[in-house]
Amino acid sequence: MAKLYELAKLIRSKNAGPFQLTIDVLFEDRATYDRVLSSGVISREEFSQLYGTPEDSIEITNYEAANAIKVTIPRPVISGDLGDGDMMGGQQYGPLVDLEVA
Amino acid sequence: MEATREFRILSPSSMIGAGFRAESLERAMEWKPDVIACDGGSTDPGPYLLGSGGLYFSRESLRRDLEVMLLAARGADIPMLIGTAVAAGGDEQLAVAVELVQDIAKQHNLHFKLAAVNCEPPREYLKERLRSGKIRPLANAPEIDESTFDRADHIVAMAGVEPYQAALDAGADVVLSGRSTDAAIFAALPTQRGFALGPSWHAAKILECGAACVVHRAYADPMFAWIRDDHFVVEPPNPDYRCSPVSVASHTLYENGSPYELVEPNGTLYSDAVTFEAMSDRAVRVSGSRFEPATNTTNKLEGAELVGYQTIVIGGVRDPVILRQLDSWLEGVEETSRRRITQIYGSDMNEQVTITFRRYGVDGVMGSLEPTPTPAHEVGILIEITAPSQEVADSIGKATAHVGAHYAVPEYSGLITALAFPYSPAEIPRGPLYRFTLNHVIEPDDPLDPFRIETIDV
Repeated sequence: MAKLYELAKLIRSKNAGPFQLTIDVLFEDRATYDRVLSSGVISREEFSQLYGTPEDSIEITNYEAANAIKVTIPRPVISGDLGDGDMMGGQQYGPLVDLEVA
Repeated sequence: MEATREFRILSPSSMIGAGFRAESLERAMEWKPDVIACDGGSTDPGPYLLGSGGLYFSRESLRRDLEVMLLAARGADIPMLIGTAVAAGGDEQLAVAVELVQDIAKQHNLHFKLAAVNCEPPREYLKERLRSGKIRPLANAPEIDESTFDRADHIVAMAGVEPYQAALDAGADVVLSGRSTDAAIFAALPTQRGFALGPSWHAAKILECGAACVVHRAYADPMFAWIRDDHFVVEPPNPDYRCSPVSVASHTLYENGSPYELVEPNGTLYSDAVTFEAMSDRAVRVSGSRFEPATNTTNKLEGAELVGYQTIVIGGVRDPVILRQLDSWLEGVEETSRRRITQIYGSDMNEQVTITFRRYGVDGVMGSLEPTPTPAHEVGILIEITAPSQEVADSIGKATAHVGAHYAVPEYSGLITALAFPYSPAEIPRGPLYRFTLNHVIEPDDPLDPFRIETIDV
């Protein structure tokens, strides 16, 4: 077992425009990327449970050329609107950092 | 043998006003760029900049960066292109950039042709496009109608390469554009000069944040790219910085919903079959990018409207008894404060006021997305009052701070003080709140229709 941040080169989140949020997890090499992919920790089901967001609104793309996994979801609140707490969407990856990867 | 054809781009910084080292720019100029291109704004800071027409960086910050860049560009007699100049790229903000450039030119006795691309289309034009079905929603877009255009304080269309190219065709040496896609600023010239679309657009995406694609970015600084027929190479001019295949790949994904499709006004960049190779310990070669031109040009619209005026109150809670019932305690504070609003202003005003509690130490950062909304040993409460005027927001802020300070819990008998205020007075006027109201694209008949290009002999 290892935590996701111990395996990843970069974990981050950011607005993809003011209406969407996108999370990137990048790995140094193909083997680590494959290990995390096959562990299934970043799946629509797991992500939906962790973030409490409906499965059909989650888009997960595996980007082999960069050994990267990208998760994109609608922002629950538009950037900077009443009640938004993260203008740039920069701290929305927090719950992924300590995820246990088999 | 014919020398390899290449186009060289210098991107001085992530944003005009964010800064760069003059030494790094000087070194980059020795690499003989064909253009200096830089982004000047963003939607990152939220809807305030578009709504208010204000600045993100100060005039002094903007002036310093523009001055060093302009002197370098004019000295080498190469074009300088600035996109989203500045802040949100509205017409008032563009005027600030134009004024600064004219002022710098005057000081240094520079003479050149300046083009300014205004990106706020007339409201009547937007309404006509909406009626003609030429405005379409993007993902997660709010519902709109013609009144959305009337209510907005500012609406900008994002320029693609076309306005830059039209300005360059008209002989401009310096182009300042209002709201623009980041990549268009960098792709405008190489694609106009017939360089391969895939490498040009992909290099443009990598260059848009200056040195953001290096391994460890300690401060904003320049980035340099060489675009060739079937690949491009990036290398930072700053000797303390280096690019790696992972750092460049990571910027390909940055702030875009899809990792390998970047939709631009006149086509889409695909980077699914790309290879990132280290050329040295600091330069990376990228090949395999392709760009598919679109049949019709579309420009993204951004709009912002005023929601109200805010006053905030910051207070901390350390008592475990209160923290164990934080939700109901806050509900009680709101109810009591609302009774007070009705006493002062009547129930109509009560309906127009929003009271929000952000709870740092519970879910202040993630809100509804937070998986573990469990209170920490202390919690920071940020009370936010949003009202139709600043005066009313301030008045309700004072009242709510007082209610919260002494709101009781059933466990104790007698008066308590429940909120630890770090400031006197506890309430802080915060100013206007704006909202982004558009996530749509407009399809113009002619790609230049939404824009107005002004040429000035400086």
